[in-house]
Amino acid sequence: MSDGYRFCVDRTGILLFASALGETNPIYWDEEYAKKTPLGGVIAPPTFAVSSAHWDPNYALRGVRKIPAPPPKPPVSTGGPVAQGGGAAGGGGGLNLTRVLHGEQRFEYHKPVRPGMALTVTQRAGKSWTKEGKKGGTMRFSESISEFRDENGELVVTATSVGIVTEKAVQ
Amino acid sequence: MKDSNPKLKFHDMRVGLEYESKLAENLTRTQIVQYAAGSGDFNPIHHDETFAIKLAGYPSVFAHGMLTMGLTGRLLTDWLGDGVLRKFSVRFVKQVFPGDSLVAKGIVRELKEEGDHGLVEIDLVTTNQRGEPVVTGSATAALPR
Repeated sequence: MSDGYRFCVDRTGILLFASALGETNPIYWDEEYAKKTPLGGVIAPPTFAVSSAHWDPNYALRGVRKIPAPPPKPPVSTGGPVAQGGGAAGGGGGLNLTRVLHGEQRFEYHKPVRPGMALTVTQRAGKSWTKEGKKGGTMRFSESISEFRDENGELVVTATSVGIVTEKAVQ
Repeated sequence: MKDSNPKLKFHDMRVGLEYESKLAENLTRTQIVQYAAGSGDFNPIHHDETFAIKLAGYPSVFAHGMLTMGLTGRLLTDWLGDGVLRKFSVRFVKQVFPGDSLVAKGIVRELKEEGDHGLVEIDLVTTNQRGEPVVTGSATAALPR
């Protein structure tokens, strides 16, 4: 279980994420429109919680970014689960990125994610198991569970990611 | 039922009801890169062709599974409305490559009444232009009665 990090939700972040999905739904950026709906304001799309990766100091796939904190040194490989790499949608910390796949993703929604929320994200490892795959050789599966809580400590989203580490490329 | 803007009522739904959405036509590398920036997932396997082919052994870069899940989420919100989802889960079955075209289909599997609203259980499948499933999954939505 990590101590958690702060994920600051704003309209620009939501706009960029929704744009990448080819969204045309104004609920994701048009405050005037959104105010007239029962939601009363802009909300984020259903899978937006994964973009908390931008704020995760331990996220392994962050490109060249050095903020909000420098990425940690790669951990010594213990053959542990992919979940240790962090990220609400899996990670790959210290792992060979050519062999890390995202197997499953599950979200549970407790309330909408809205601009202005400062969510605290905590992560913990879930189950792990192995399977013999026809295409990828031995496959190691591991769950990573992320909880997103608001300023009152109330759950907003729970995200479970299942990462897979394969022996070879899977197609 | 605050915090949602449903397009349908629970009594509009029936088991077996289907909805289809076109999610992508000839998916571009640009959209994959845009998703990398939006989501923060800069695994080079999704944007660096040399890395994807020479180091990882794939035919080209491929889309983030979460891009396909995000696109599949559009089917749910276009069909049912905003803020109605209680659960949304997928399995990533097959990679999505640049040039692929994706269609998602949702089918109502089960209806449950719960107080002043009803829960709609939906099975999901997103297929590519060859009819191969790339994502399968399920969702639960709460709709007013």
